[in-house]
Amino acid sequence: MSSSFVPDRWIPGERLTGRLPATLDGPADGEVAAPLIGVLGLQSDVLEHLRALRRVGARAVQVKTAAQLAEVDGLILPGGESTTIGKLLVRFGLLEPLQARIADALPVFGTCAGLILLSDELEQDEPQPLVGGLHVRTRRNAFGRQLDSFDAAIEVAGIDGGPMDVAFIRAPRIERVLSDEVEVLASVDGHPVVVRQGPIWAAAFHPEVTGDDRLHAAFVAAVLRRA
Amino acid sequence: MSASEQPPSASSTSQTGSTRVKRGLADMLKGGVIMDVIDAEQARIAEEAGAVAVMALGRVPADIRKDGGVARMSDPDMIDSIMATVSIPVMAKARIGHFVEAQVLQSLGVDYIDESEVLPPADEAHHIDKWRFDIPFVCGATNLGEALRRLSEGAAMIRSKGEAGTGNVIEATRHMRSIAGEIRRLATMDETELYAAAKEHRAPVELVRECAETGRLPVVLFTAGGIATPADAAMMMQLGADGVFVGSGIFKSGNPEQRARAIVEATTHFEDPGVIAKVSRGLGEAMVGINIDTLPEDQKYAARGW
Repeated sequence: MSSSFVPDRWIPGERLTGRLPATLDGPADGEVAAPLIGVLGLQSDVLEHLRALRRVGARAVQVKTAAQLAEVDGLILPGGESTTIGKLLVRFGLLEPLQARIADALPVFGTCAGLILLSDELEQDEPQPLVGGLHVRTRRNAFGRQLDSFDAAIEVAGIDGGPMDVAFIRAPRIERVLSDEVEVLASVDGHPVVVRQGPIWAAAFHPEVTGDDRLHAAFVAAVLRRA
Repeated sequence: MSASEQPPSASSTSQTGSTRVKRGLADMLKGGVIMDVIDAEQARIAEEAGAVAVMALGRVPADIRKDGGVARMSDPDMIDSIMATVSIPVMAKARIGHFVEAQVLQSLGVDYIDESEVLPPADEAHHIDKWRFDIPFVCGATNLGEALRRLSEGAAMIRSKGEAGTGNVIEATRHMRSIAGEIRRLATMDETELYAAAKEHRAPVELVRECAETGRLPVVLFTAGGIATPADAAMMMQLGADGVFVGSGIFKSGNPEQRARAIVEATTHFEDPGVIAKVSRGLGEAMVGINIDTLPEDQKYAARGW
């Protein structure tokens, strides 16, 4: 493990406890190394993603700087506020390095605000900083305000074992798919909510707050296949 | 599968207003700054600075202190105009125990209600029964027992109270240390001792046991009340806060735009003194603070609530 990563104890929510499972040690002889997955840690529920990733056997670290970004094999862009995270990406000089790594086929998985940030276009007049790369047009808060946030059971193509247990919280949805490269894996009311475009994965909901780790496991497996 | 093919669709089992989505929104605010604003223009400045949410209120706490009188739920027109202006979540305050103010705020469609000691309480014994609402609530607490009593009434997020409108961080520090220290003590207790601890904290034993087992509150814990500088915000984060409420500290300072931005950046990189130093440069006047020991007892908002 590189020393450039911020220790777990500095992750909001973890400061009081130190109970996040440790990152896995290196591989035993003859084993494949678990991939190193970063969670973009500028703001939001970083801890829940780290827990989910470690439950499915990945080594997982918080990423706040370009140096940390350069070291990971895959990256999760978590939920949270897309306007806040986008502005912080710009202010801390992370936007361009992140765009460069995605252009270089870094596997990324955006959830909720992460989907918004990965989208090429937004269905709104007000501009906000985006990472882009995923050829979709997305509407923020598409289901309404917090009173309309909901729990749901969602069938996702390629995820076995029945519907996923997920939470849509002031969630976005995809209004338009802009390219044939985009595979739609799940929809709600005819609007895509889980998509994949090569190494770019995105979901409009939060799989990380429910303990249903199957999408995380599938993403980690995909990262491992590319390694 | 290509985009033109029929994708699988959601099953019909979807539910709004669950505890999970109430607590979940607070999870999404972690590591962020929630700013008090009194009109759409301030809300726009807060969003531009990188706030994760705004708190709509008629007067900031420093002005409530100065002007006196009974501060109440904000004008619905003002709340509407703020909701129309920003795309981030909008919170609003109801008086402690004033369940009709909460009903009104829910009908306006705000994203979170703060049952707040900054406004004079409407009930001297009862807090709002928050389970009856689909909208999530955040409540203040000075210690663990108070936090757990609010959770037992249905709060989905806790903020340490601090002493609002003073620009003085000492009470926020006291309350964060108190909550964190009491949880650490619980974690060392055996099952029998937890029953006694529950009585001491005047809190349900199930919640006490959950804190002892997990080492933290079952919900997100922000801090509030007296944060005026980037270093204040970072200190609260290092003490274990999940995020920060800033009230009067921004719009009562010399340069609100720059200060708001600096507090957001210091909250993100709270463990990095280099970043905090950089964003603290040239911020202009901070709000004028009040020393807590010169504050008359009846002016201490943290004592409101039970």
